[in-house]
Order: sequence, then structure tokens, then C-alpha cells
Amino acid sequence: MTHTWDFATIIQNWQVLWVGLKGTVLIFLVTVVLGLAGGLLVGIARYARSRFLNWPAMAFVEVFRNTPVLVQIIWFYYAFPILTGIEVNPFLAAVLGISLNTMAFSAEIYRAGIQSIDPGQWEAGKAIGMTYNQTLRRIILPVAIKRVLPALTNRGIEVFKMSTLASVVAYVETLNQAKLIADLNFNPIEAYTAVALIFFVVLYPVVQGTYVLERILKKGD
Amino acid sequence: MSEIVQISDLHKSFGDLNVLKGIDLTVQSGETVVLLGSSGSGKSTLLRCVNFMEEPTQGSVSLHGELIGTEAGGKMQYRESELCALRTRIGMVFQHFNLFPHMTVEQNVMEGQVTVLKRSKSEAQSKAMTQLERVGLADKASEYPARLSGGQKQRVAIARALAMDPDVMLFDEVTSALDPELVGEVLKTMRQLADEGMTMLVVTHELGFAYHVANRVLFLHDGKILEEGKPQQVLKNPQTQRMREFLDGHSLFKLPD
Amino acid sequence: MVEWNFLAVFSDFDLLMIGLSNTLKVTALALLFGVPLGLVFAVMRLSTTRPLSMAAAFIIEFFRTTPPLVQLFWFFFALPILIDVRMTPFIAAIVTFSIQSSAFFAEIFRGGIQSIDKGQWEGAKAIGMNYRQSLQRVILPQAVKRMIPAFMERSIELLKTTTLVSTVAYADLMFQANDLAQKTFRPLEVYTVVAVMYFLLIFVFSQLSIAVERRLAQSGESTVR
Ligand SMILES: Nc1ncnc2c1ncn2[C@@H]1O[C@H](COP(=O)(O)OP(=O)(O)OP(=O)(O)O)[C@@H](O)[C@H]1O
Ligand SMILES: [Mg+2]
Repeated sequence: MTHTWDFATIIQNWQVLWVGLKGTVLIFLVTVVLGLAGGLLVGIARYARSRFLNWPAMAFVEVFRNTPVLVQIIWFYYAFPILTGIEVNPFLAAVLGISLNTMAFSAEIYRAGIQSIDPGQWEAGKAIGMTYNQTLRRIILPVAIKRVLPALTNRGIEVFKMSTLASVVAYVETLNQAKLIADLNFNPIEAYTAVALIFFVVLYPVVQGTYVLERILKKGD
Repeated sequence: MSEIVQISDLHKSFGDLNVLKGIDLTVQSGETVVLLGSSGSGKSTLLRCVNFMEEPTQGSVSLHGELIGTEAGGKMQYRESELCALRTRIGMVFQHFNLFPHMTVEQNVMEGQVTVLKRSKSEAQSKAMTQLERVGLADKASEYPARLSGGQKQRVAIARALAMDPDVMLFDEVTSALDPELVGEVLKTMRQLADEGMTMLVVTHELGFAYHVANRVLFLHDGKILEEGKPQQVLKNPQTQRMREFLDGHSLFKLPD
Repeated sequence: MVEWNFLAVFSDFDLLMIGLSNTLKVTALALLFGVPLGLVFAVMRLSTTRPLSMAAAFIIEFFRTTPPLVQLFWFFFALPILIDVRMTPFIAAIVTFSIQSSAFFAEIFRGGIQSIDKGQWEGAKAIGMNYRQSLQRVILPQAVKRMIPAFMERSIELLKTTTLVSTVAYADLMFQANDLAQKTFRPLEVYTVVAVMYFLLIFVFSQLSIAVERRLAQSGESTVR
């Protein structure tokens, strides 16, 4: 069988894809911000000595790291509304699933970063009369976050890829729109190839960037 | 006496850096040749060109009169299989031992025999024990390298090379990484090998070894052999200013009168 | 107040068990093909032959930067148009996850191989070993030990990713859950039970991998990421 590639139908339908791209970017931005910021809080709680902070944080991390994102998204879409009576649209279900998952993963990254800081830094903060919170905010976190920047970037890349899972609950994003184009024009090969290329073109430079970032940080340390 | 290794007009450069600029050297059967020279003068490079761990940029190497590689369009071509076969006939011992940490001493010495020479397990094992006895480590056969002292590791490395029944052995500063008190045992093993008639090409800073064991000493400088001769002659009556400076730098060594 | 009722779920529990065994089957097969393929890509990537290493780098980066769900759709819907195969959800799943995980395993292999001291290559070369013999007998046995934690972590990620096969109607645990939820009209109970099943399965594997990592750390083995 020889297939003649024909991207014309894709180009004709660029507006359909464009709508999807906007959806992808929207859900990516929301989940990456919630996930990485929320992860910082969970990570700090996970590091805290108080059990009231530490244990719930640990339970949260274990639960969300050890279940597949797709299961989380579907659970939030179909089960959560029954449990709480809250109405959940596809966007919300995907945002909940992806950002909670990202929070759990990034919490462990932040925690490892905080733990990697020399204990002498804590003592230095104490010695000049800083409180725990002040030391954490002003001395520990700036260095810790810089150190884990490559790992956080990698998480961001994962989040971007994860956004396609939102299509499973029919949230309008790139893959979902590609499916629409494929179904209407009978050209799945061009449609899905186009999506794969879009992701590759966006993420490849970011991945290369993280390599550069890693090298710069290694030199700076 | 027959020629084991014959090197002629050997050049080697790394990019713009010309390390060897025309080396001619013949090593006779049973001879121990010691190669001296200051750091960075290209001693390791020369040694590594003999067993083609580095490919020469120009010139030729022969083993037992057989030219290594085939000439094609004015340039030498080397096939991997040819070089692998060559290396089984040339033993090499390194400064940092390079023993295989995941194998016992005995397995280290058997490995090349079984994997490369395709000897049977039992033959390889009995050969391994013979060589380990030769270097005085038969009782360590089932230890892992991590549990040996530096001197013992180096003697295992020597046994590993000997087990391949090489025609010639190359030693590249094999005592430089050792604690001073362990140097002696390795030099003793090497001396014993020389006495038994092994052909050896040795890079070392141990002038005492050169003086007492070598049949011939070479001094490498600026990519060429600057002085060459019997140890008594070269070490006691250096002809060049460079060689005198080099020897002055090793003032710890007292030559017997 | 919500009334939980697990009766419907547990009376059809064997459906979920079939799903679970299919999930494990897909994971195991993807590992079976993905690991050796990853080694091949790693060796290509490390090759000094430029076209070979560039081709490997491209494949690896492509499969690491594109979403697995897109890959799955591509292999399921698009590949049969390109080549004449009868594509089933099962084959699409195995092909996708083998190649996808091989890209990640390739990087783990590469890290492991590169972490081995250069002297080991030289020691092997000096006794006459060729590239393949050196890799097989000397380098890999040492590298693989360092790769175990990263390898296990990746396998767990793979297990989670296999949930995607439900979208092309392969009867894995996720798919069976959807099926059962529709049949019983009890999505809350079904999805909660399935989430717990996944959690237990993955949690056990994670704990196992943490234990192994700790043992390796104790024995002084360094590890690669
Ligand atoms: N693989 C290589 N690539 C580039 N330059 C190299 C390489 N190997 C050696 N050199 C350079 O070639 C020169 C000779 O190195 P070589 O190791 O042969 O010296 P040496 O006489 O053995 O010195 P030492 O006593 O310190 O071991 C040095 O300047 C070194 O930096
Ligand atoms: Mg040297």
C-alpha cells in the first residue's frame, strides 16, 4: 500500500486546530501554575517537623503519585460530582487531575531541593535572629529552587504532554480537535502526525534548553 | 635473537598537537626496554600506538615481522578484528589497573582467554592459576578486586595480561598510583618476568628499575627519541642537556658508583 | 448524603480482575520489547558514526517530547494506512508503549554506560575484546546495576501510562472500569475501587523500588538517573 501524504486538509482546517491549541495552552498554563505553586506548599509541609503538616502532606503525595493521571481525571469527572454535588465540567476535571498530580510530583522535587541545602545555612539564619519562616523564605528557598530548576522544567514538559489526557473527557484541546478533523476528513494519518509534530516542535527546544540550564547550574555550583 | 616489535617513522598527533614526530624502535625477543621522558612527552602515546589503543597518524608497526594494517592509497587501514587479534598478542598493564570489579580475581584472569581466545573453561582456569601463582596471588583467586591492595591489584592485572600468552608486554607507569611501600612488590614481579625472558616495553619513573633491569633505555623528548643506549651509559653519562635536567629532577635516585 | 453501595462492583469484580491482568500483560510485554530496544537505541546514540547517533537521538527525543496518547492514536489509526497491517488495540498498545518506553530506557542505558570509568573499556580492549564483547561482558554488567532504580521508576511510569489503552478500547483495568460504571450506574464506587486498586498496585511497586534503591546505596553502588 502506498500512501500519498496530503496535508492540504489539515491546512484547510487550521482554525479547528487553532481552537485546540488555545485549549492546550490554557489548560497547560492553569495546571502548571497550580501544580508547581501548590507543590511548593506541599513540599514545605512535607519537610516540616510538625506532624499535623507532615503526615497529611505525605499522604497527599503518596496518593497522587501512585495513581495514574487518567484515573484521577476520570474520577473527578464521574465520581467526584456524585460525592460532593459539585458540578464538574471537562476542564475542571482535567485541571484537578493534572494539577493535583503535578503538585504531588513537584512537592517531592522541592523537598529534595530543600534537603540538599547545607544545614549550616539554617543555623546561619537562626544566628542572625531570623525565624524559621524567614530563613526558609529568604535563605533556603532561593537556593533550593534554583537547584531544582531543571527537574521543575522537566515536570513542566510532562504537564504539557499530559494536557492531551483532557481529550478523554472531551475537553477541547489539540488532540481532541485533531480527532475531529480526522473523523470528518478520513485523514487520521496527517491529523495525528500534525499533532505529534506540533508537540515535538514546541517541546524539543525546551528539552534542549533544560540541558543547557543543567550545565549552567552545574558550573555555578 | 629475533625482532618482536618494529616501529618505524611513527607519527601521532591529536588535532594540531604533534605528540610523536618520527619514532624508530625495534624491540628484540627477551629484551626489556625502558622508556623515560618527562610528563607529557608522549610515552603513553607511544606505548598505546604499539597495541593500537591509539591509531598512529603515520608510520608503521610490525609484530614478528608482520606489518599491522593494510596500505590503501598511501594511508594505513586497520580493521577492528585485526586489531583485536593483535592485542591478544600484546599484553598491556595500566597505571590504574583497570581490573573488572564485578569479577573475581580468577574470573578477571580467565575472561580474555574464554571470551576472546575461546579457550575452554577448564583450560582457562588452569592457566589462570598458573599465572596467579607466578605473581604470587594464587590464594586470592576467589577474592574480588575491591578487597585487594593496590600492589595486589596490579599483580592481578599483570597475570591477566600474561594469561593471553603475549609475545610482548607493555607497562605504562604501573607503579605510579601505588603507595610507596607497595611499589617494590610490583617491580619485583616485573623483574622476575624480565629474568624469565619476557619481552617488555616499560614506561616508568623508577630509575632504579631502569638501571638494574633494562637492557636498553630510551629518552623521549619533543616527540623524538633523544638518547638511547645501555642503562649504565645513558643514566650515568647522559649526552644531552635535556637528559641531564631530567635526571636531576629525579635526585632521589642514587646511582651506584 | 451520599450512599455508598459497593455490592454492584463486587458482584462483577471478576471483570475488573480481567482488566487488571490485561494491564499487567501490556506492561510486561512493553517492558519485554522496550528494554532491549532501548539498549539498541542507546548503543546507536553512543556510536561515533554520526548518522547512526543522530538517527537515534531523533527517535529518542521525538518519543520523549510527544504525548503518549498522540503516539497511541498514531499507531492505532494512522499506521494501518501506511503499512498493510490489521491493527488491533492490543498490537497498537504494545507497539506504542514498547517504543515509547524504549526512548526513556535508552537514556537510562546511556547514563549507565557513560557512568562507567573509561579504564574499563581500555582494560577490555587490551585483552583483545571487540566493542560488542567489551559492552556485553565488562561494561553492561556494571552499568545495569547502577541503572536499577531509574529502571524501576520508569517501569512504574509505564504501568501508569498503560491506562491510555482504554481510549482505543483495549480491555485494561481502566476500560473495564468504564464498562462497569456504565453497566451498574455506580461510577462513584467503581472508579473509587479502581483508583484504590491502581494505588495499591503502584504503591507496592514503588515501595519495592525504594527498598532496592536503599540496598544498592548501602552496598556502596552509585546510581544513575
Ligand atoms: N586522547 C588524546 N587527545 C588529545 N590529546 C592527548 C590525548 N592523549 C594524550 N594527549 C596529549 O598528548 C601529549 C602526550 O601525552 P602522553 O599521555 O603520551 O604523555 P606521557 O609522556 O605519558 O605523560 P605522563 O608522564 O604524564 O603520563 C600530552 O600533551 C597530552 O595532553
Ligand atoms: Mg603517561
